[in-house]
Amino acid sequence: MAYEVVIGLEVHTELKTQSKIFCGCSTKFGAEQNTNVCPVCLGLPGVLPVFNAKVLEFAVRTGLALNCEILPFSKFDRKNYYYPDLPKNFQTSQYDLPIAVNGYLDIEVNGKTRRIGITRVHMEEDAGKLVHAGTINKSDYALVDYNRTGVPLLEIVSEPDLRSPEEAKAYLEKIKAILQYVDVSDCKMEEGSLRCDANISLRPEGQTKFGTKSEIKNLNSFKAVQKGLEYEVYRQTEILEEGGRVIQETRSWDDGRGVTLSMRNKEQAEDYRYFPEPDLVPIVVDPDWVEEVRKNLPELPDARKARLMKDYGLSDYDAGSITASRAMAEYYDVAVASGAEAKAAANWLMGEVSRLLNNSGQLIETCPVTPEKLAGLISLLDKGTITNKIAKTVLENMWSSGKDADTVVKEEGLVQISNEGEIVAIVERILAANPQSVADFKAGKERAIGFLVGQVMKETKGRANPEVVNKLLKEHM
Amino acid sequence: MELYKLTAHELKDKLTTKEVSAVEVAEAIYTRIDAVEDKVQAFISLTKENALAQARRVDEKLKANEELPALAGIPGALKDNICVEGTKTTCGSQILANFVPPYNATVTEKLNAQQTVLVGKANMDEFAMGSSTENSSFKVSRNPWDTDTVPGGSSGGSAAAVAAGQAVWALGSDTGGSIRLPAAYCGVVGLKPTYGRVSRYGLVAYASSLDQIGPITRDVTDCALVMNAIAGYDHRDSTSINAPVPDYTQALVPDIRGMKIGLPKEYFVAGMDPDVEKAVYAAIEQLKALGAEYKEVSMPHTEYALATYYMVATAEASSNLARYVGVGFGQREKGEDLISMATQTRTQGFGAEVRRRIMLGNYALSSGYYDAYYLKALKVRTLIKRDFDKAFEDVDVLVAPIAPTTAFKIGEKINDPLAMYLQDVCTVPVNLAGVPAISLPCGFKGHMPIGLQIIGKPLGESDVLKAAYTFEQNNDYYKRLAPLGGA
Repeated sequence: MAYEVVIGLEVHTELKTQSKIFCGCSTKFGAEQNTNVCPVCLGLPGVLPVFNAKVLEFAVRTGLALNCEILPFSKFDRKNYYYPDLPKNFQTSQYDLPIAVNGYLDIEVNGKTRRIGITRVHMEEDAGKLVHAGTINKSDYALVDYNRTGVPLLEIVSEPDLRSPEEAKAYLEKIKAILQYVDVSDCKMEEGSLRCDANISLRPEGQTKFGTKSEIKNLNSFKAVQKGLEYEVYRQTEILEEGGRVIQETRSWDDGRGVTLSMRNKEQAEDYRYFPEPDLVPIVVDPDWVEEVRKNLPELPDARKARLMKDYGLSDYDAGSITASRAMAEYYDVAVASGAEAKAAANWLMGEVSRLLNNSGQLIETCPVTPEKLAGLISLLDKGTITNKIAKTVLENMWSSGKDADTVVKEEGLVQISNEGEIVAIVERILAANPQSVADFKAGKERAIGFLVGQVMKETKGRANPEVVNKLLKEHM
Repeated sequence: MELYKLTAHELKDKLTTKEVSAVEVAEAIYTRIDAVEDKVQAFISLTKENALAQARRVDEKLKANEELPALAGIPGALKDNICVEGTKTTCGSQILANFVPPYNATVTEKLNAQQTVLVGKANMDEFAMGSSTENSSFKVSRNPWDTDTVPGGSSGGSAAAVAAGQAVWALGSDTGGSIRLPAAYCGVVGLKPTYGRVSRYGLVAYASSLDQIGPITRDVTDCALVMNAIAGYDHRDSTSINAPVPDYTQALVPDIRGMKIGLPKEYFVAGMDPDVEKAVYAAIEQLKALGAEYKEVSMPHTEYALATYYMVATAEASSNLARYVGVGFGQREKGEDLISMATQTRTQGFGAEVRRRIMLGNYALSSGYYDAYYLKALKVRTLIKRDFDKAFEDVDVLVAPIAPTTAFKIGEKINDPLAMYLQDVCTVPVNLAGVPAISLPCGFKGHMPIGLQIIGKPLGESDVLKAAYTFEQNNDYYKRLAPLGGA
């Protein structure tokens, strides 16, 4: 039987506010353990939370970017459960009146655009981190680092609209892009500032009723999201094919072994005993302020992609890749504004620049060659001052030296030689030294000329204008 | 004149005229404590060294003829659920027996700014859960009017200390009557302010939506002075009210002419001691004779208040007290794993009443019961609040009893939680509605004081104080001192 895959994602993202959601402590990642703490985030007796207004702004910005409705009256609730990384043994979160509801975003997979519903976006506080001595199974004790306790989080819950692990990955990438565009989160999965849980179920094709779902946790990278869900599709298909029943449970993705493992089933599920947080007042949002926030939203990925295609004639693929990250898109816009030809800029950015970034493990944000300098390089190429081959060398030099293209070309004497007089002597010398190739060419082997061009280029360290070389070789043979 | 018998405003005059020094006042209080604390058991801890140091600082300023705030150099006590930086704050519980907060409550800061002298931390029912102070895990406080009876609770230590002259003033906290009931039983004045009028920052939470700190004093004037010191908006408490604080001493005018007073008939519950009822009615008659306009009002949802209170308060408490598991602070018992460590800690660290209320609260919030209990309670709470809104369309203050009886014997109700809970039947509606109410003596049954409750509109503390002051000044109950007798 053919099954339809049904996936919904719960994405948690840490907001990059300066201070925590309910106290003034710093949110900086990587500080010495238990230094970004105070009586409030430690949950000491008698302390009270004070809501950080910046978190509200970030949440509204995100909600609007995800096409959500912003609720004019929203509130915090307590989610009660015992865990030692949670100092109060309840998490202040939002339950029945989240800040934003009923949104959507469009994803594109295999050239097909699909609209994925966003059920809700809500604000909550992060928990601390347990540090185990030795391994988690063999440890005599555990220590708690409360630095992360109270760092603001947004939880973004999708509708069960995703139909494949690939779509889930595309959705998550799109969420990440949007969060970065609206500048609310660093979205570093490796630092835990973007986290993802997935609900997945299967149903016979054509059936409208949902099958029994499992919840997958510990999906710590984009790849893990796709792999974990692919495994789960396989696992649930096997069960159903054998006539079995999927049980509702929480499973954890084991990246090393490439499998999901059962954590707890529904019968063991916690009762969170939610109730309205009595230490905080309801959040009443002024609709005028929401409109103000909406007006100040930056151009979002879809709009930006459409603009690049329309204004610069970029392909769907190129425009999509460039706008997948706000930093890349901004780099591109600056390069073009600095005079780079639009298509050439796209090619260079996605080609050589991306290759060098990957090789050096750097991000576009810290690219040693500024977009202005890249534009300078492209314009030298355009004017014929340097050859395409030389340009790559020049870029590498710019990368390490920080110099601009003009300087590199001048200092290294890399200007293209188009003057026939300068080239002709070399051409004659090469022809004389390679009689066999000349004979081959004359015998009709067109390819032989390629070898001869290469020899001339080698002699001129790549600076000779290839067209001129070609022409002169033919004339002198 | 023995200094411990004086009120704050009387002492302030003597300090200003340099008739006495702040150190002399502090020493007089400690001498009194030494003499009677064995009988009264009002304190969990004393802070004598800090107190005398503070008194010396005040004396230096007096010597330099500096103008000082009203409570400068006046010794007072704080209920032991109010945090004082560097001073043990136990909440009456073994689980916090050695907890020393690294921060001050906002009221502590405000009192420090007043340069008051902190005598010690007063005994209380564990986590403010109780009506007799018998639930303290440290000691049972005694009523200074009859040391065989309870002082009321949960701020029993605060009220007993003030009544016995061991503190000139005290702070208590009132979640369902915990300031007003002990004030009534001990024959002193206790005010529960409007919810949000006094910051809760640094008050160890019992039920967040009901808790409120307030003064316990020997007369209404001192009550106004303490209110002046502690009231006001606090950015650290999101539920505090951002409204200007009036000078409450302006309300101390013995003139009630034209004020409309209401009598909610539902507060005279079945089983009320006829002598208490008589005293309250006599007080109303007296207020009428002094020129108050009188009206009987109906507050039909009063009978549901107690049940509502025990849902709302215990639900919040179950969550507020979840943090006491021995991980980050407080007592920790050993266990084989995390769950057994937390279970052991909570089983041994909490007393029976606290455990009972945590279980009640968890039950009320649990899935499948939430709608029937907690949600229903919230709805009834709204109806109770509407009763008050409606009554206050016609009257300025409501006059009612504080409790159905005078103080009961120690041990009398401790094994009957429901009988104990009934002591709060006249006080809990006020907390559910968030309005202010004062308790002051309005007579005696035998030698035991009877409390009169005057309830005001939201932020109507001045009306309450004015009515209370008028009644007080036309009687002499406040001049009587507790005899510290017992069987």
